[in-house]
Amino acid sequence: MNKNWWKILATVLVLYSIIAGFLFHVPAKPILNETIRNIHFHVPMWFAMIVMLTVSFVYSIRYLNSSNENDDLMAVESANVGIIFGILGLVTGAVWAKYTWGEAWSNDPKQNSAAIALLVYLAYLVLRNSLEEEQKRGRISAVYNIFAFPIMVVLLFILPRMTDSLHPGNGGNPGFNTKDMAPELRPVFYPAVLGWILISTWITTIRYRIRKVENRQNFIN
Amino acid sequence: MDLLNQVKFLIRKEIMLEWRSKYALNGILLYVVSTVFVCYLAFREITSPPTWNALFWIIMLFASVNAITKSFIQESRGRQLYYYTITSAQAIIISKIIYNVFLMLLLSAIALGFYTLVFKNLLGDPLFYFFAVLLGSVSFASVFTMISGIASKANNAGGLMAILSFPVIIPLLVVLIKLSKNAMDGLDRSVSYDEIGVLIAINIIVITTSLLLFPYLWKD
Repeated sequence: MNKNWWKILATVLVLYSIIAGFLFHVPAKPILNETIRNIHFHVPMWFAMIVMLTVSFVYSIRYLNSSNENDDLMAVESANVGIIFGILGLVTGAVWAKYTWGEAWSNDPKQNSAAIALLVYLAYLVLRNSLEEEQKRGRISAVYNIFAFPIMVVLLFILPRMTDSLHPGNGGNPGFNTKDMAPELRPVFYPAVLGWILISTWITTIRYRIRKVENRQNFIN
Repeated sequence: MDLLNQVKFLIRKEIMLEWRSKYALNGILLYVVSTVFVCYLAFREITSPPTWNALFWIIMLFASVNAITKSFIQESRGRQLYYYTITSAQAIIISKIIYNVFLMLLLSAIALGFYTLVFKNLLGDPLFYFFAVLLGSVSFASVFTMISGIASKANNAGGLMAILSFPVIIPLLVVLIKLSKNAMDGLDRSVSYDEIGVLIAINIIVITTSLLLFPYLWKD
């Protein structure tokens, strides 16, 4: 119980954000209308992705220092979960874009950047598959992961700010300062972000434990 | 031997190796020239500046991937082991990056020259465009050198090189295309300071991470 409180919190927060996201009052804005509710689902996916990819980056650094196989497993599983959340973010974004911007793919710099960031991590997985020996695989893919991460940060957080974007808050600061978001949304939005980050962490830890068990079985056989 | 001397020696070794065989250098130059010529025959003429600019950078992208892929693959394991015993890993990566910068500068100068020769020259500010191309070749060299080191460790290095490097180079390429487009339109140079700043920042990040990570890649 002591160790699992955050899993209960994650479930409660996500359930709350789903129910409240669909039922609570939202401000009526032109163009956006009721689709504004998607903010409770689309944006938290990106938060979860960034957190998971950062975890992957940190564990790759740890792996280079420790050569402990478990660090490598954690790095790859958090990257996997990060990719899943990235794909979910793209899909929810595309649905939203279809209704508000008219096209599912609107050539928006953030959309493009997010797709390229996913390509980087898919390349990471391909690189892993092409290396047979475990030690070498861990080390070389960790090097690529660490090398690609700062470039991904530039891609996601700096380049979209340099051009005009359909996303809110671009060509300047991000859209999360106090005056940008309607106050009615915040009681749902912030718990949703936290809830999804916790859920992604939970999935990662489960995947990590499965991989560890599989590894041990392979070792015994 | 201190780092500087090691780097100097290694660069001299690279240039000498290249000069003795010449096939790699000539191959790459021929690659650029024939690609430009193929594009010329396919397009005949390009009147729209964005297309002119985009085509040039695509040619540069493929030529530089081809040029730099070989920088680690061409050397045998035995020789790499020998370097490992006599020099530091940092000296190797620095010398490779510097050598590839030289190679890319030469390559891009020839590519740009031949490209403007066959396609009608649409440049508004040729000097600044040339500067953008130089900055681009330095960026390509710094990113691709490290990636080719990573790819050379895996099976099927050639195919992996493209997969690993394209997503990483895209952010740089986006900025480069914007910068060179500004130069092409002959906009005031102060408009492009942002792009130049970002490019230099990315290059610094890439080179520092390469220096930090290469020792881990190297020990085998």
